[in-house]
Amino acid sequence: MSNRRFLNLSRRQVVRGLLATTAFGLTAKLGTGCSPSGSGGSSTDSTAEGAKPADGEPLTIGFIYVGPKDDYGYNQAHAEGAKGTAAKFSWVKLVEEANVPETTAVAESMRSMIDIDGAKVLFPTSFGYFDPHILKLAEEFPDVQFFHAGGLYEEGKTPKNVGSYFGYIDEAQYVAGVVAALTSKSGKLGFVGAKPIPQVLRNVNSYALGARSVRPDATTQVVFTGNWAEPIKEAEAANSMADQGIDVITCHVDSPKVVMETAEKRGIYCTGYHADQVALAPEGYLTGAEWDWTNIYSKIAEEVHSGKSLQDGTIEHILRGGLKDGFCKLSAYGPAVSEDTKKAAEAAKAGLIDGSLVIYTGEVKDNKGGVVVKAGESLPQKEPKLEGMNYLVEGVLGSVGG
Amino acid sequence: MSRSQAWRRSLESFVLPFGAILAGLVLFGVFCALVGTNPFGVYASIWKSAFGSASTFQNTLIRAAPLMLSALCTALPARLGLVIIGNEGALVVGGVAAVSAGLAMGLAFPPFVVQIGMAIAGMVAGGIWIGAAGWLRHYRAVNETISSLLLNYVAIALLNHLVGGPMRDPSSLNKPSTYPLAEINMLTSIPGTRVHWGLVYGLVACVIAYFLMQRTTFGFAARTAGGNIRAAKIAGLPVGKLTVVICFLAGSCAGLAGMVEVAAVQGAANESLNVGYGYGGILVAFAARHNPLAAVFMSLLVGGILASGGILQRAHGLPDSTVLIFQGLVFLVVLFSDSLYGRFDFFKEKPVVVAPPSPPPSPGQEPVVLG
Repeated sequence: MSNRRFLNLSRRQVVRGLLATTAFGLTAKLGTGCSPSGSGGSSTDSTAEGAKPADGEPLTIGFIYVGPKDDYGYNQAHAEGAKGTAAKFSWVKLVEEANVPETTAVAESMRSMIDIDGAKVLFPTSFGYFDPHILKLAEEFPDVQFFHAGGLYEEGKTPKNVGSYFGYIDEAQYVAGVVAALTSKSGKLGFVGAKPIPQVLRNVNSYALGARSVRPDATTQVVFTGNWAEPIKEAEAANSMADQGIDVITCHVDSPKVVMETAEKRGIYCTGYHADQVALAPEGYLTGAEWDWTNIYSKIAEEVHSGKSLQDGTIEHILRGGLKDGFCKLSAYGPAVSEDTKKAAEAAKAGLIDGSLVIYTGEVKDNKGGVVVKAGESLPQKEPKLEGMNYLVEGVLGSVGG
Repeated sequence: MSRSQAWRRSLESFVLPFGAILAGLVLFGVFCALVGTNPFGVYASIWKSAFGSASTFQNTLIRAAPLMLSALCTALPARLGLVIIGNEGALVVGGVAAVSAGLAMGLAFPPFVVQIGMAIAGMVAGGIWIGAAGWLRHYRAVNETISSLLLNYVAIALLNHLVGGPMRDPSSLNKPSTYPLAEINMLTSIPGTRVHWGLVYGLVACVIAYFLMQRTTFGFAARTAGGNIRAAKIAGLPVGKLTVVICFLAGSCAGLAGMVEVAAVQGAANESLNVGYGYGGILVAFAARHNPLAAVFMSLLVGGILASGGILQRAHGLPDSTVLIFQGLVFLVVLFSDSLYGRFDFFKEKPVVVAPPSPPPSPGQEPVVLG
């Protein structure tokens, strides 16, 4: 019996230890639950509504991210925006927390940013923070302004101190689609999406429409992984696309890192999303749809600093914009992009900026043959119909049903 | 064994885990010093942000509450010698079942009745989930660790399917969710705090579990079966029934945690149910050596560590993974300390030295008593 022992530990002890260690590894996303009460007796902030801070008086801005700040994706884009804003203005005092799950953890983080750090402006950047966490905290702290990415502000229903901002990044995806289709040899493009929700579908469709605007026979194969961070499935999807002869891929997941690296490894092209990923695929990176949050965040910070507020309506509750308003931009073209392609891409970009090009201009059919935008109809970016998109356009291979 | 020695045992089971936590803190201090932060400043911040004031202690309690219930899902079957790690799955199905019950009952019943209905639905669903793993274990010899782990994935897939399809609220565009529960049916906060009643559920469940396992014949039977299953069978204990019942109870604790999560926090079932409370519970159960009362304190410790995660990032500029390193160090040391039981002579019950009785005097040699 004694020769089966290792370091005087029984096999059971070793197995238990290993299991517990594994369990620990799985808790990387460990969060906790319960809710703050609406009237929990916490102090409200001292600055009276509308009080104008003197010039140079520090303004504490809190940023909360759902993942790590260096994910080459969604969170990095926001963190770069925060950093850029703090670098621009000496009066901005930045407090940040990363890896905060969409549970009571985010409510507690916002609370301590307000109570302990004295934050007057909060940017909780993940979509899932909104309901119920931001809504509850906003009622409890009416003097703090909450700006939420992609949130749904409803006049009269949402607290006055909550604002929503988001960009029409599908414009940049459209241009990326143009570049992809012109660079591709096979005319087959691939798109790795997280979930078939409107935001993702809109990017897929705009990418496909951009591709078909210059190459009508181009196809876009879409694969949904089912969740925002599924590195293994993302790699599998990218590999199977490469096996099918697809030679340009892009994605809409939280961190495009795996997709870009896989594409580079397989020797095919890729276009980025969220942030600049050229460092991950120096050979095959064509361009990418990037957020330009530095621009938006410095604008909001300046407005708040000059005494404007959401509460009195001097800052708009719903901020939206695309390439023209500087919400998004394109990464620099990679080495594989030809001069002609660059010209076509710049033309599309110019059209989107001056408004002469509208992405959803009829007739647009879905990939089952139904007409989704009638001939002669043209849906501008602000059109609410686009926010509820539930179809894939002609030329996209895949289905919304999963 | 004399009763007066029992304190040494109890002292051992207090000193070892607390000594381990201290050692973990020292190791974490070394880590902080290595990355160039003053460890004492970090200790002060951790204390302040986790236990320092009434408001920050509530932060700790809020984070600890779901871990208590979730930990029981591993701790109870462990007394029976089973390693169940299906907490996450049981929690998710419990949450989904609770929402279904809450939506079905709607406003037709008083809120109190609806809340009880949601709790029962969550407990039954979670119980069946883990009970199934127990049944497979006993009657089909399927390894319970593997089956309960795999059931997690089944539960998460089920959640994603229901939330994205049949139960989806069409107005939840970019974060698919079920229809929300009526505001009036939600669990409220404990008056005067922002901690919801789920904390009380957790405390009560831990105390009940402790008495059930330590102070009842049922618990005794379960522990006997956990000690030696063949001996228990020979003694005529219904081992199969015990296995299924204990697993059902364990699962219902995790299911209740899911109910609390939807009824007190999220207000609807969506992917936020699946954020790792279940795995956190496994950790707590192992560190508490599967003792339900110790699980309460371990949950508070983990809650405190998590609560201090924010300040480490904001005030000390440490990366967001620092809190995981801290947690990892503490748990590794606590688990290691498990192997130290019985190694220190001080804690050993001293054999009571009884002087051998003096031999009876032989006849003829009686002491001569004079006078």
